[in-house]
Amino acid sequence: MARYVAGRLAGMVLILFLVCLFTFIIFFALQPDPAVMICGKTCTPERIDQIHSVLGLDEPFVGQFFGFLFGIFAGRDYGQGANLVHCAGPCLGYSFQTGQSVWDMVVERLPVSATVAIGAAVLWLLIGIVAGLLSAVKEGTWWDRTAMGLALGGSSIPNYVLALALQYVLVVQLQVLPFPQAVAFGDDPVVWFESYLMPWLVLATGYACLYARLTRANVIDTLAENFMRTARSKGLSPALTMRRHALRPALTPIATIFGMDFAALLGGALITETVFGLNGVGKMAADSIAKNDQPVIMAVTLLAAFFVVIGNLVVDLVYTRLDPRVRITAQ
Amino acid sequence: MTVAALSPATSGRRVTHALLRDRGAVLSTAFLALIVLLAVFAPLISAITGHGPNDFDTAAIDTDLGGIPRGSLGGISAEHLLGVEPQNGRDILARIAHGARVSLLIAASATALTTLLGVVLGMLAGFYQGWVDQVICRVMDFLMAFPALIFMIAILSSLPQGNRSVLLVVVISVFGWPYLARVVRGQTMTLVNREFVEAARASGASTGALVFKEILPNLRSSLIVMVTLAVPGYVGTEAGLSFLGVGVTPPTPSWGQMIAGSVGWYAVDPMYFAIPGAFLFLTVLSLTVLGDRLRAAFDAGEAS
Repeated sequence: MARYVAGRLAGMVLILFLVCLFTFIIFFALQPDPAVMICGKTCTPERIDQIHSVLGLDEPFVGQFFGFLFGIFAGRDYGQGANLVHCAGPCLGYSFQTGQSVWDMVVERLPVSATVAIGAAVLWLLIGIVAGLLSAVKEGTWWDRTAMGLALGGSSIPNYVLALALQYVLVVQLQVLPFPQAVAFGDDPVVWFESYLMPWLVLATGYACLYARLTRANVIDTLAENFMRTARSKGLSPALTMRRHALRPALTPIATIFGMDFAALLGGALITETVFGLNGVGKMAADSIAKNDQPVIMAVTLLAAFFVVIGNLVVDLVYTRLDPRVRITAQ
Repeated sequence: MTVAALSPATSGRRVTHALLRDRGAVLSTAFLALIVLLAVFAPLISAITGHGPNDFDTAAIDTDLGGIPRGSLGGISAEHLLGVEPQNGRDILARIAHGARVSLLIAASATALTTLLGVVLGMLAGFYQGWVDQVICRVMDFLMAFPALIFMIAILSSLPQGNRSVLLVVVISVFGWPYLARVVRGQTMTLVNREFVEAARASGASTGALVFKEILPNLRSSLIVMVTLAVPGYVGTEAGLSFLGVGVTPPTPSWGQMIAGSVGWYAVDPMYFAIPGAFLFLTVLSLTVLGDRLRAAFDAGEAS
């Protein structure tokens, strides 16, 4: 087990290193000189050289890359002498746009993305699994057909279309919700809840529909298994066979998919956050890309990859607990 | 050999019959046919109505009211069947039809390229296994760990020049093939060990014959289903990237871009948002329903 985890961790580090390298290569090769952008309109060649040397942009590619990588773990210094700025580790550099520390920006915005992700996840798990279970138990009835028809429809709405439609109906026409505002929970819990409600609904819809269909298919498959027939022939009631024998094998695959989906969302719900103007990591990604803010782009890409890789590992480890048929053997 | 040779004609006919009896599948196919016709005859539609996708019509908008369309429902009239855009009065029907060309062409090309990459690499990994499999699997792990959307946007926004449509197809395909290849790999691995493949190998069939005559025909049904279910994803991705401003560049119309353009107007001119939104939703829905029914039809065939 320990060997397996160690091997997986090594693989994770390798993948993160490669993501880092590829992102760096693409921005190193394709982007215009950031010094020109930082320098602005009143620019002289000397000033550009100065910016280059302060940011380390005059170094060759390998030097810049390892400078960045080293900074993440141990911090780094920008400039020399009187202009020296120490960026304490974990250091992701400074935004070319605002001059803010990128690490601080991430720390500041991560709670917003986490709030969006957690709220949406609670909604879609509840709705998706309950609807899927009911459909499986009542297979072929009008409830099943209606629910599955709705699920097919709901998973076909692009989330920005749903976001705009909801905003039009709930905010403009019915006026039951205010336009989302950046309010902390402690300041005004009601406005906080109302502001997050639409992003939660929008994100949850697509996933809930998908999970409902998956749950239904898995439960129906499980109900047809031999061990279910055994359980029924032992004389267990339908409710008991469902609770004791069917739920666990049917929901285990859902747990793995959930882990991956949730991890991906923690890295920022780019479209939803942008449409609703929520200051999370996803909006930070969109903004940094629009403004060519390379250090921020590097940070959001790495952060998202980090969550995906961690999610992957957690899912595989939890899977062995949930499904006793799977055992990890050190190879 | 028998497994491969016997099934295509009969199973093809059976699946067609099953789909013809299904109301959802028929409706979806009809809607998709309508969209394809709209795309193919987009120039003809413009010629008949007299409105090109980029022709301004200042008579159709009310400049005193900030440029919102004259008349109700976003300016729907005999002149403009689906209304006009606010501010410049471009005909929405013409833009929807020309936008369908862009969306369908990109989605179809991305599907073709993804399928090619997915099938070739997936079969290579499953057929040869060993180090070939190791390399391909690691590349797939790497690509799937990548935050694809962020990266697609970053790449597309950093390449201002060049043909955007081709770039979109390449970027979507590069991040899309592992999902197909993973399934192809798994199925190839089991097929390689089946008796009929061993029999063909023992009777001296070449590698090419094994791959194209024994294994590929048996992947056919799952490929058709996976590809049909992938197309709506690509239509959505293209529209999403255009919505975020890194897809097709204006003035070339695309549905996602039209929806992005309507963001500032949805409160005063909801039709400007509703029409492209509905077209996008119905297209994705039709493709999803069709893929879903296809899978059900193929599964029923396997069970019988």
